[in-house]
Amino acid sequence: MSPRDAPGMPSPNGNGSCNTAAVPCSCGHNHGHQPFAGQPATAPDPDALISARGLSMWRGSREVLTDINLDVKRGEIVTLIGPNGAGKTTLVRLLLGIEQPDAGRVVKPASTRIGYVPQRFEVDSAIPMTVGSFLTLGEHATLKDIRAALEETGAAKTISQQLSKLSGGETQRVLIARALLRKPNLLILDEPASGVDFTGEADLYDLIDRLRAKHNLGVLLVSHDLHVVMARSDRVICVNGHVCCSGKPEDVSQHAAYARIFGPQAASALGVYRHHHDHRHDLAGEPKPLADVPPQGRGS
Amino acid sequence: MLEWPEPFVWRALFAALGLAIIAAPLGCIVVWRRMSYVGETLSQAGLLGVALGLAANVDLTLAVILAAIAAAGVLTLLSRQQMVPLDSALGLMHHATLALGIAAIALVKGPAIDLMSYLFGDVFAVTQNDLYWIYGGGAVVVAITLYLWQPLVRLSLHEDLATAEGINPRLPRAAFDLLLAVVIAVAMKIVGILLVMAFLVVPAVAARPLSDTPERMAALAAVLAILGVILGLWLSLWSDAPGGPSIVIALCTIASISLLAGSRIRR
Repeated sequence: MSPRDAPGMPSPNGNGSCNTAAVPCSCGHNHGHQPFAGQPATAPDPDALISARGLSMWRGSREVLTDINLDVKRGEIVTLIGPNGAGKTTLVRLLLGIEQPDAGRVVKPASTRIGYVPQRFEVDSAIPMTVGSFLTLGEHATLKDIRAALEETGAAKTISQQLSKLSGGETQRVLIARALLRKPNLLILDEPASGVDFTGEADLYDLIDRLRAKHNLGVLLVSHDLHVVMARSDRVICVNGHVCCSGKPEDVSQHAAYARIFGPQAASALGVYRHHHDHRHDLAGEPKPLADVPPQGRGS
Repeated sequence: MLEWPEPFVWRALFAALGLAIIAAPLGCIVVWRRMSYVGETLSQAGLLGVALGLAANVDLTLAVILAAIAAAGVLTLLSRQQMVPLDSALGLMHHATLALGIAAIALVKGPAIDLMSYLFGDVFAVTQNDLYWIYGGGAVVVAITLYLWQPLVRLSLHEDLATAEGINPRLPRAAFDLLLAVVIAVAMKIVGILLVMAFLVVPAVAARPLSDTPERMAALAAVLAILGVILGLWLSLWSDAPGGPSIVIALCTIASISLLAGSRIRR
């Protein structure tokens, strides 16, 4: 059966009431009801670096993505969260043009330059490759550019090491340096913290945050865990085949669908890692003063 | 004992040296992409090409190239199915092509054909015409390899990253299969169908522990292959062992020494 013949493809959904705040939706499963659209399915935002409208994707007879809409603009960090198998990586592959969607479209203005950091970059030890030669591979980068990019991502000492011998955190920093050498205005990072330990994870997100501010980048992050990530995101899109809910991190974390996917303790975990926050939400979603939140957030 | 100035010795030497240089960079990519079993299957499909070429009375080099390309096409289709792992599919095709090839050669011309010379090659029977194939075809292969080198390395390293950065994976991959088919056809005369992949894979394996970038590995693989050819031909003339296997023995010895040395250095 061709995926295009498959029945039940929902039409783009006009529900646009929920692009800033999450609205309760009863979706713990991903079929049999009209999915909740993360963004209004209108024309792509002209300011967006990348937009998706009505993306759907089938693998065999299984629909892995249904009617996905999203926009990423300059200067904002948008995080895709969702459980394993929710279709996050497939969505990224569609956005990057590695695969073509069965329905819907990806819109990128000609000015958009993407820096991509793939998930699980494990270099086969059969391939000899120093960090320095990896960074010049296919790039017109001088040694000075390479040094500067590695310096910026905190991986300067790896320049002559073998790529296959780097730690998880070093690999991610080298990949981000490669992405920066392409002078991007949009960074797409798929699970950047996989293979990185807990403190390394916080440092990595600090780095991404700094790069965003310094270069005025749009950032699209993929994560299956939430804590450190959500605290730094401007917008969170919770994906489980379709967009379950989206909005500001604190709104999404109070959302019923989110709690169903990640468990009730996930909502409270967010408060611990959020620093620049003048209030928090109780379980009913009401704003509360910050006083009873532990003062020291990350690390110990 | 040593009949060094004999023309057939010079032809053998030039043929094997040409092949060593052509095969080295491609062999590295075979190793990086973990394709040695794929290459093995393509080269054995070449035997079927020999049979069909004899039956249709066309140039055997061309017939082998076409058979290897056809096998590469079948493998591409096989890699898309989900029923059995590619390794199992290769195990099936690998033996099917060899058995079909041997049976077909026997049926086409009867036992008068020297099957051994196709299976193990005969480097000392290389003709002037073969040398034209090796150096003419080889120049084209080297030119295309150089042109596609960077995309091939990037695809070997991480296909998604390369594709996201704007490389269309189809063209380099198809071109690579074509180059592999040409090298197999050319190498068949020298080392034979059963040992063709040794010429590609073993120098790359030998070069790996002593290299820190892809380009150095390819260059070093060529140098070590040249060394192996000279040592192997000398071994063959000295001991009267067949030429192709002697070269492969020399290459494997060099690779073993390199791996041992590499493990010492790393420790």
